[in-house]
Amino acid sequence: MSYSERRESFNRAFDGFFLWLLSRARAFISETGELVLFGWHATKLSFSRPYRFEETISHMEFIGNKSVQIIALSGFFTGLALAFQIYLGFKLVNATSLVGPTVALGIFRELGPVLTGLIVSARAGGAMAARLGTMRVTEQIDALEVMGVNPIQYLVSPRVIAAVIVMPLLCGVFDFVAMTGCWLITVKLLEADEAQFWFRTSLWLEPFHIYEGLFKAAVFGLFFAVICTHRGYTTKGGAEGVGSATNRGVVLSMVMIIVLDFFVTNLLNVMYAVKAALW
Amino acid sequence: MVGQPPNRELDSLMEKQAEDARNFKNKYAIEIADVKKSFDGKEFVLQGIDLKIPKGEITVIIGYSGTGKSVLLKHILGLLKPSSGSIKVLGEEIADKDVEELTKLRQNYGMLFQYAALFDDMTAVENVMFPLKEHRRDYSKAKMLEIARERLKDSGLDEKHFNKLPAEMSGGMRKRVGLARALALDPAILIYDEPTTGLDPVLTEMVDNLIVSTHNLKKGTTSIVVSHDLFAAFRIADHVAMLDSGKVLLFGTPDDFLKSDIDLVKRFVSKGVRRELQPKDGESQKDVSSRE
Repeated sequence: MSYSERRESFNRAFDGFFLWLLSRARAFISETGELVLFGWHATKLSFSRPYRFEETISHMEFIGNKSVQIIALSGFFTGLALAFQIYLGFKLVNATSLVGPTVALGIFRELGPVLTGLIVSARAGGAMAARLGTMRVTEQIDALEVMGVNPIQYLVSPRVIAAVIVMPLLCGVFDFVAMTGCWLITVKLLEADEAQFWFRTSLWLEPFHIYEGLFKAAVFGLFFAVICTHRGYTTKGGAEGVGSATNRGVVLSMVMIIVLDFFVTNLLNVMYAVKAALW
Repeated sequence: MVGQPPNRELDSLMEKQAEDARNFKNKYAIEIADVKKSFDGKEFVLQGIDLKIPKGEITVIIGYSGTGKSVLLKHILGLLKPSSGSIKVLGEEIADKDVEELTKLRQNYGMLFQYAALFDDMTAVENVMFPLKEHRRDYSKAKMLEIARERLKDSGLDEKHFNKLPAEMSGGMRKRVGLARALALDPAILIYDEPTTGLDPVLTEMVDNLIVSTHNLKKGTTSIVVSHDLFAAFRIADHVAMLDSGKVLLFGTPDDFLKSDIDLVKRFVSKGVRRELQPKDGESQKDVSSRE
């Protein structure tokens, strides 16, 4: 192969790669825009008549009440495992009195909202995508539209609002149960000093840290509900389409929760620093 | 929604609108003039549809698959906007209406979907009550229940099935519930989307009879049936419109179709006749001959 042929072949491959990259970027931007508009539309419709109180409460029950047990179980064992690992490490430097506050900060600021988000998006988010996807392929959404009922307001808005309200509550349950697990293993099983445990925890843990976690949980609730309902709402095809929509909805929600966590944490810390500097 | 303060002004306005629609005096319920539709700006799915659907009669829209029947139906329902042309429903131009206006307009429609499209988490009665809960919020729950039960009886569903979920019902029962739901708001226009597709001959006849009996029961209602079942069309239609390549090939009475010289119509009719002359379940060739 001559030099010019090799160069032409390279140029062709580069052009192909560039075009592929461009088309992927375009698809990503278009999909993100569609998702943002969908979420905005659903949120806006929550505040216009007719208000969907009954539906919102019913979805709160589905997302919240039916997730409490799994959240409590996960929270308890997360608290136990985290406290045990930290205890083993801190014992080497004779700092077991810091196990409580360290676990508390980790749970309240990070693990509580993130794990709650991941668990609830897998359970309730998957169910949302599957339900709406089934309704789409069996023409139930078309039926709503023909009946003069806005399907986004009837199906999506209550789910989004319910997720935003319920997620901080579930996160609170996770935090409480995880701290109970931490206390149980550190104080009762490993016999660390209980007074030190609570004193250090109350000294290190500020209300801001609790609010930060609860706020993050609400943000994760908004995102997973919008993503999963959007995937379900735009399902195409039959049973295969529903399965694919559910899968994509849950996977994207989980990835988004982990990515978002970083940005929300930074944003909140900047805001906290600004607030501290001003007042 | 029950339990929510009713917006009486809006509800009475909607009820008045429905009443006006039923008393609409024009000869045609729907007037479609030179409607064209393209999704990509190049290929036209509808290539200039002209169709006037007479008020108070049954019009069947037929055609082979891919001729634009469903797209036309979506235009009539306001779910799609035409690229050009005009669509008047009960005298009102709908092509330029916004979502809110279309939502109000759609209360003039009742629609029976191909597979009934019942809400699978609601019982038969709840399905029929749903449009009432949404659009007649000043009605008491008892009144809604009474209307729902009445509509279910009108569509021929046995009372013992009223509290069954769609998953517990047969295809025929689901169609009856779907029809009762379509009738819930006493609509001016009833639309049937492929109501007999995929059904056995007995059920097909049952659904056809149901369409006719419902039409006779609700005097003044305009019925539009989208189908590719020519014989079903001939059994029930006052008028038939045949679509081909996004245009109306022929609009007329069933007799006009039998007499037509248009090649495609003749082929469609003869295929329909051949299919009709196939023995049905439990039928001998002798029965077919006697039918012939």
